[in-house]
Amino acid sequence: MNSFPFLLLMIVVPAVGAAVVAALPRGRDLLAKQIALGVSLVVLLLAVLATVAFDTDGDRFQLTSSVSWIDDFGVSFALGVDGIALVMLLLVGVLVPVVIGASWDDEPVGNRSMTVFFAWILLLEAMMVGVFAATDVFLFYVFFEAMLVPMYFLIGSFGGPRRQYAAVKFFLYSLVGGLIMLAAVIGLYVVSANQGEGSFAFEVLNAIDIDPDVQKLLFLGFFVAFAIKAPLVPFHTWLPDAGAEAPVGGAVLLVGVLDKVGTFGFLRYCLPLFPDASRDFAPYVLVLAVAGVLYAALLAMGQSDMKRLVSYTSVAHFGFIALGIFAFTTEAGTGAVLYMVNHGIATGLLFLVVGMLIARGGSRRIADYGGVAAQAPVLAGVFLIAGLASLALPGTNSFVSEFLVLVGSFPTRPVFTILATVGIILAALYVLLMYQRTMHGPVRGLMDGQGLTTPGTGEPTAPAGSSGATSATATATATATATATATATETVTSARWMPDLSRREIAVAAPLVALIIALGVYPQPLIDLIEPAVAATVDDVGGDPGGTVPEIGTNGADTSGAETEAGN
Amino acid sequence: MDTVPADGLLSASWLLIALPLAGAAVLLLGGRRTDRWGHLLGTGTVVAAFVLALACTLQLDERQVAVDLFTFIDSGSLDVRAGLLFDPLSAVFVLLITGVGALIHVYSIGYMAHDPRRRRFFAYLNLFVAAMLLLVLGDNYVALYVGWEGVGLASYLLIAFWHERPAAATAAKKAFIMNRVGDVGLALAIFVMFAQLGTVTYEGVFGSVGLLAGGTVTAIGLLLLLGACGKSGQFPLQAWLPDAMEGPTPVSALIHAATMVTAGVYLIARSAPIYDLTETARTVVLAVGAVTLLIGAIAGCAYDDIKKVLAYSTVSQIGYMFLAVGLGPVGYAAAIAHLLAHGFFKAGLFLGAGSVMHAMDDQVDMRRFGGLARKLPVTFVTFGLGYLALIGFPFLSGYWTKDAIIEAALDHGGAWGWVLGGVAVLGAGLTAFYMTRLMLMTFFGRARWAPSAPGRPTPHPHESPSVMTSPMVVLAIGSVAAGFLLVQAFPLDEWLTPVFGEPEEAEHVVAPALVGIVVTAVMALGVLAAWLFVGRREVPAVAPERVSVVTRAARKALYADTINESLFMRPGQWLTRALVWVDNRGVDGAVNGMAAALGGSSSRLGRTQTGFVRTYALGMLGGAVLVAGALLAVTAG
Repeated sequence: MNSFPFLLLMIVVPAVGAAVVAALPRGRDLLAKQIALGVSLVVLLLAVLATVAFDTDGDRFQLTSSVSWIDDFGVSFALGVDGIALVMLLLVGVLVPVVIGASWDDEPVGNRSMTVFFAWILLLEAMMVGVFAATDVFLFYVFFEAMLVPMYFLIGSFGGPRRQYAAVKFFLYSLVGGLIMLAAVIGLYVVSANQGEGSFAFEVLNAIDIDPDVQKLLFLGFFVAFAIKAPLVPFHTWLPDAGAEAPVGGAVLLVGVLDKVGTFGFLRYCLPLFPDASRDFAPYVLVLAVAGVLYAALLAMGQSDMKRLVSYTSVAHFGFIALGIFAFTTEAGTGAVLYMVNHGIATGLLFLVVGMLIARGGSRRIADYGGVAAQAPVLAGVFLIAGLASLALPGTNSFVSEFLVLVGSFPTRPVFTILATVGIILAALYVLLMYQRTMHGPVRGLMDGQGLTTPGTGEPTAPAGSSGATSATATATATATATATATATETVTSARWMPDLSRREIAVAAPLVALIIALGVYPQPLIDLIEPAVAATVDDVGGDPGGTVPEIGTNGADTSGAETEAGN
Repeated sequence: MDTVPADGLLSASWLLIALPLAGAAVLLLGGRRTDRWGHLLGTGTVVAAFVLALACTLQLDERQVAVDLFTFIDSGSLDVRAGLLFDPLSAVFVLLITGVGALIHVYSIGYMAHDPRRRRFFAYLNLFVAAMLLLVLGDNYVALYVGWEGVGLASYLLIAFWHERPAAATAAKKAFIMNRVGDVGLALAIFVMFAQLGTVTYEGVFGSVGLLAGGTVTAIGLLLLLGACGKSGQFPLQAWLPDAMEGPTPVSALIHAATMVTAGVYLIARSAPIYDLTETARTVVLAVGAVTLLIGAIAGCAYDDIKKVLAYSTVSQIGYMFLAVGLGPVGYAAAIAHLLAHGFFKAGLFLGAGSVMHAMDDQVDMRRFGGLARKLPVTFVTFGLGYLALIGFPFLSGYWTKDAIIEAALDHGGAWGWVLGGVAVLGAGLTAFYMTRLMLMTFFGRARWAPSAPGRPTPHPHESPSVMTSPMVVLAIGSVAAGFLLVQAFPLDEWLTPVFGEPEEAEHVVAPALVGIVVTAVMALGVLAAWLFVGRREVPAVAPERVSVVTRAARKALYADTINESLFMRPGQWLTRALVWVDNRGVDGAVNGMAAALGGSSSRLGRTQTGFVRTYALGMLGGAVLVAGALLAVTAG
């Protein structure tokens, strides 16, 4: 079973699917959706089978395959997964079909074809699988950059009114990070070449010793790229724009998976390859992480746009993940990886349900909603579950990961942990404020009158800084705004009934709700998958892979030795 | 005493949690199909849980029984198991929760009969019971934390049950946020335990906490106390509890009087081995209890809203319980006894208040009540018995349990003992005053009934149906008898010996008989004062404006909300707005400016899509050339 090329298929199948969907003639939208859904379900099945084939007690990298690609420079098309990559692949496998289902009835912007949308989604899936499955640093870089293309077009072609601005901003940020990383990738090759044969293979690079000063430079090269991708403050400002303007399906994949490549990169590349530099820079990274937890949470509270709000909450969550990674303990690292998965599920659901709300009300502004719970109780219920998962309520999946991150970081980094723990109050505030304003209270706002004609296009008034929008689009938006405003003022008295979730929407939300509860009650199977790889990483960076060993009082008596041993 | 694995019926004690949880799941997932019988299922699961709890308790024989379920979180040296601990302490809580819970479920069948969302109400109530049972049955601090936040969620959902009302929605959010402040304390306490002891189970922590440095133990004690203050509405986190009265009255009775808000007392009593080691933390607990019991009692004297008076009474009574647990070993059993007795009479009082509201078109302003004794005879008698029990009328529940706390406070010794005892006695007098005022304004005097809103008819009070009055009667019997049973007939401190150790006979500073006489006299003074100020005169329909500074402060609940708003809320809003501006102009502006400086202007870069794709292709090409060049250079060199 182990020789079966799961990973290769998980790249090839969606890539071929994307080509097929893209080649369909215009107007065959339904067929395109069906193919896309089918392909994504095949990938999910492959991911599940790969998990079954994966042996948690086996080698670190499994399901490996390697084909020499550019012989001269030792580049190979090498794939393989450890537990960390595997759970990310599972997340990709789950989210893509959900996103396709959620985008099923989306209307394209302008005269674009929705078949193209689904083709980009499938291509993106192939790239995302590649970036997590690559065990060759150069291959990783290629996927890391190539991943931008489908996401750029998803935002730029199918997004909200400021989609051009947001897409360019997203692209520029990523490109800058990517180029810096490229320099570091080359540098890494140079170092390995100086110590023997030049290689890009992760396991070769992991084995060599790098001079501490060189480590620092290379670390920074990788770190900046990853800190932009999984935005840490102050590299985060592209995310609220991209998250808000992206179509909802794109936003789910952007925040749910794409950004995790950054935190994944910290764990896979920064810590094992540059352990000394990681230790040196850890305090600074932790400052950024904890600043992100608090700063982004406060910013989330101040947002008037729901999608921007959810984007900011993600920045705060990435702060927690970075804290867990740079605390260098097995508990916190495991929590961080689990957090990556759980955040994809919880925030994915939050984005989806916000999208469902926007599709009904025609506005992204919180102030345009009110009292939705009375009209659409199922929608409100799903919204609440997503929100509670976002604030890490026990019983939801996010609690387990947040708890592990904090409890695991506390022994090594008490001050940072205490500050981050205060963030859980802010999380409750931003979630419940948004929930109360939109769902509770008397029915008000847009729902009293006529919504905008084109659902999902979002905030009608493009701010002055929307320099990215083409002049044609800007004019069109302005016209639409004028018309919509006029209609809204005329018909403000006629209350509009907000329909509850349709069967399709329930089918889209149900798997994520089920996962939120299931992983909140019984997370251990995932922890068992993740922990060996995290322990190996913690070992690389000089922490105790068996877990933090408490020393009781001042006499150093160790009463928990047995438990610590068990952790190994 | 050691913990033994569960056997027989006790190994099925997980069903206590599973039954109401299953009820909640069926009602929430079943949708409208379950509308017709949902309330019956909801009530049935809790009644079944009560029967099971009784059977389990009878099998317990003063043992501590562990039920190991499954691995919850196991990573590194952290091992959290989903395990239950059924011991005498959790047994009394389980009986209280399922017993009072079942009665309130029955009552709600009548109370919520005309609410279109009754099914969802029962689902949330079931969810609450399940979470509360997990809180008291968990065998480690993480399980407690899960239940702790679970009851917080149920409380949120139920306070906001009528979420169309902005006041209810705001109160729910406030409750959740203030509880989260406390939860941070609880979470940090757990982190410290894990970092220092490597375990979070009660057995493990209590077994090795003695090895820790004194400062660490005190820190754990204070952090736990912060959590307890949030959940139990104690100073400085008391302001959410009166607002929580926006929820339906059965919720106020079950969650915000009898069970959830006493979880803080449970937490401290459960953590007795920790508090036994830290005099400092105990002293802070004492101070919190003493301050809160006065704040609650003073505010209770000034409010005209019948539910808010009862809410402040709850704040005050839980202050007594905190005072008791702060006293250490002599007070634990007294605190739990008062907690149980309070569970009976306060739940009964709230159900009575609900019955009054039912009769008065959902009004709560006591200035519009009056003369209801004859119209609502059952409510009057049951409420009256609860009232007598609360103010400590001789030989009813409150008399036994509150006197025990006051005695223990005096026995604490020294000046501190006199202060605490004095505060407790003063609180008893204030309690008698505000409760008598409530009785007089509601049930006696001239009828001051008025329409609840313009256009509504003036209410015609009528007694509630028997499905509502029966639980009130049962609770009234409990109010009368619980104190005697728990203190005299079947002493609770003996039952709890396996948990708290042998009750020690304290040296009495003041003879118990004398304490009883003094407290009763002060109570009588309070009643008399209420009659002089309220009973003798006509109650004005609108609260008088020209009142003393003290009254004005009491009406504002000693400015707790004002302080919270000016210290946290407004600065927080200002900070948020400032940061949003900084992030948009500063951080983002700097980056955009940099981009403009590097690549001409960002607007030009992104003006057209085709132009951009060319740029992109160029970038890729440039990158590829760079890579190829570098690699060639390296291999060549």
